[in-house]
Amino acid sequence: MAGLTGKDAVLTEYARKLETLDAPKGRSLTQDATRRMVRNKAAVVSIGVVLFIILFAFLGPYFLPWTYDKIDWSGIRKPPNFEAGHFAGTDQNGRDMLARIMQGTQMSLIVAMVATMVSVVIGVVYGAVAGYFGGRVDAVMMRFVDIMYALPYILFVIILVVIFGRNPVLLFVGIGCLEWLTMARIVRGQTLSIKEREFVEAARASGASSWAIIFRHIVPNLSGPVVIYATLTIPEIILTESFLSYLGLGVQEPQTSLGTLISFGAPVAETLPWMLIGPAVVLVSLLLCLTYIGDGLRDALDPKDR
Amino acid sequence: MFGYVSRRVLSAIPIALIAVTACFFILRLAPGGPFDGERALPPATLANLRAHYNLDLPLIQQYLLYVWRLLHGDFGPSMVYNDFTVAQMLWIGLPFTLMLGFTAFVIGTIVGLVAGALSAVNQNKWPDYVLVMLVMVGLVVPNFLMAAILQLVFGVYLNWFPAGGWQNGSLAHLVLPVTVLVLPHAGRTARLMRGSMIEVLGTNYIRTAKAKGLGQRLILARHAIKPALLPVVSYLGPGLSYLLTGSLIVEQVFALPGIGKYFISAALNRDYGLVLGTTILYMVIILAVNLLVDILYAWLDPKVRYH
Amino acid sequence: MALLEVKNLKVDFETTDGVVHAVRDLSYSLEKGGTLAIVGESGSGKTQGAFALLGLLPRNGKASGSVIFDGHEILNLPTRQMNRYRAERIGIIFQDPMTSLNPYLRISRQMTEVLEHHRGMSHSAALAESVRFLDAVRIPDAANRVRMYPHEFSGGMRQRVMIAMALLCQPELLIADEPTTALDVTVQAEIIDLLVDLQEDFGTAIILITHDLGIVAGTCEDTLVMFGGQVMEHRKTLDLFANPQHPYTQGLMAAIPRLDKKVDRLSTVSYEFMVGERQA
Repeated sequence: MAGLTGKDAVLTEYARKLETLDAPKGRSLTQDATRRMVRNKAAVVSIGVVLFIILFAFLGPYFLPWTYDKIDWSGIRKPPNFEAGHFAGTDQNGRDMLARIMQGTQMSLIVAMVATMVSVVIGVVYGAVAGYFGGRVDAVMMRFVDIMYALPYILFVIILVVIFGRNPVLLFVGIGCLEWLTMARIVRGQTLSIKEREFVEAARASGASSWAIIFRHIVPNLSGPVVIYATLTIPEIILTESFLSYLGLGVQEPQTSLGTLISFGAPVAETLPWMLIGPAVVLVSLLLCLTYIGDGLRDALDPKDR
Repeated sequence: MFGYVSRRVLSAIPIALIAVTACFFILRLAPGGPFDGERALPPATLANLRAHYNLDLPLIQQYLLYVWRLLHGDFGPSMVYNDFTVAQMLWIGLPFTLMLGFTAFVIGTIVGLVAGALSAVNQNKWPDYVLVMLVMVGLVVPNFLMAAILQLVFGVYLNWFPAGGWQNGSLAHLVLPVTVLVLPHAGRTARLMRGSMIEVLGTNYIRTAKAKGLGQRLILARHAIKPALLPVVSYLGPGLSYLLTGSLIVEQVFALPGIGKYFISAALNRDYGLVLGTTILYMVIILAVNLLVDILYAWLDPKVRYH
Repeated sequence: MALLEVKNLKVDFETTDGVVHAVRDLSYSLEKGGTLAIVGESGSGKTQGAFALLGLLPRNGKASGSVIFDGHEILNLPTRQMNRYRAERIGIIFQDPMTSLNPYLRISRQMTEVLEHHRGMSHSAALAESVRFLDAVRIPDAANRVRMYPHEFSGGMRQRVMIAMALLCQPELLIADEPTTALDVTVQAEIIDLLVDLQEDFGTAIILITHDLGIVAGTCEDTLVMFGGQVMEHRKTLDLFANPQHPYTQGLMAAIPRLDKKVDRLSTVSYEFMVGERQA
């Protein structure tokens, strides 16, 4: 008879393990995700690069002899000149390019952070409310999202900026208002499945109000997808802010951002290439790395999404 | 199917109306008008101008007047370009912008679909890696930067294509601007298509198709394409949106005779009429395209039709 | 000569956690028109063993050993050659008919393409033949139903459609992978009866893969019990049920809930037999 004594090597080995309690250790979801993330070389390298850029932008200025708005009358439109301390050259007004790049990066990063925060908050609240209440409320709210998704939102932001002036707060909030749509959709989808789980029923049975349930039970369970899409939103926001700054509708002088720097550098790039190359390299690296990190997070936390 | 289409059309109208209304009220209620600028005008002139542009009527009346005129294709006078009405300016620039936008849209979509499908079918082999790299580049580099780079490299240094201008219909002048617009759109489309196709190829019904002994080409063309296209089709509406806004920049950088240039200076000069007019027109176009996309989606997915 | 001879079949999967040995050493043979049940719990390797026959393993799966069908080696054949066996000589029906049928194509399209591709039939001839088969599997109003989409059918009907689709070219062997698992109990019996009838009418050999011992008796001549990728027992069904030899099979039998006996606790399969092995 096939299968009896002697041939079940695997089974006997397993039985032995069980006896000596050598069973495989269970792994939590976070551990699983971290393992997968670490194995993703592109993501790991990207994290390193982003950290470097952040340090560069915020700590760099302390190491430079020039500030971003100080004019060097002797060095206008000069290519990189290490002796004079202008490591990346100067612009048409004699200001040090490297310092301006650092300041621009700071600005872009700050706007990105704040705007992402805004979009996450709006998106999560909107999506959770729509998903939890369901029915007509959900249908109407999601129809609104569908419409907004397709319209040229940027034009609306431009309109807002046109009207209310180039107010930094407006910039943050306005851009944040652009990107909440995808977050809202994701959160709504997740909420729909979470609200069917038993602990939500239990909370309802014990008399918790809808809002309490939403904020105390549902939102905390959304952290995975929210983190993923927040990370994926950041490059979109940096892109949007750069776009607006390029058009001249973003941050104001003497402050600058990567978009503004590029808008000044592009027209003169033939003769003053250093004015374009520096900010362009920083911007593209930042966006590329953030995209890889976002993708890496998504693959790590939701493997079937490959 | 007919019911589905007519419902979609009907629901588009209130949307357009709401959007127009929102635009109108935002603009009018905003501080600062087109005459708030640096030049101080004598009060009498100011009063005349305000009357001419109907700015001294109650807001509600202005609104109704505006909508009425809109329906007749009259977008009102431009507030900055005194000699023109908005409709005239749109008429001048719009055809070109639309031509540019739609050309890039069609090319970008086709390229993206093909690239994404190829990538998915050859998953993790070298064509996939190469395409994914290219897609990354297209996605990550902002369009204004890409425009500057292409202009420099191909227009000035290599001199393969003219770096700007239009010369009334020479194709060579279109190559660079269209490329700048195509790259991000093709990139996003390819990414979506790749992901979607990979997912479809892993489904049980594709396994059944294989088990039936059908050849790979047949399986792809008949069984895999339709479901794989669905997420991509959903994206086409917003995709066109991105493209049209991108064309604003491209027209500026490459000095092309579209609406882009006017729109931007109108925005900076607070020309309500032109900004509003352009936005409304763009919205109408996009709503129309969305409608077509919805119909296409219903044609692809039988489950949607019967509800 | 047997219709199908499987010798030392091994199926391995490459995963991020290492190699998984899904099937370790599977051997059996099947005569023309014979019926074999392969029984085992989830993860026993029964399904992967069958998929390996038809080359339907996922990307990271590797099969080795030998599978001889009608005198020819078919294991790991290149796709083009394998396609000549698929549907024409070996048919397969899958566990979940909802996901196994393409929701975006009409049933008519999914059926006629088999005949058009393998038999070179015209579309109208293929359609007529498909309707004939739908009648054979007792789909009511087949001529109209055939133009519908899968989501317009009920679960049981979908499985019938799959059966009809698999039998279109009258293959010599039909593999049924858990055909009733996704269906209601009442529908299960109908499907099994249908399979038995079709087997008698067409003379097809059947491999019935299931974890449910209950549907095995009365349908298959032979039964093969698998666990951990290996064969535990392989005998005539009647003998197996009357006198299970392997402790695992005994455990399985005892675990079947019975309505005619009153018990305080349902019994489960205890894996003590493995420990007992070691001491022997």
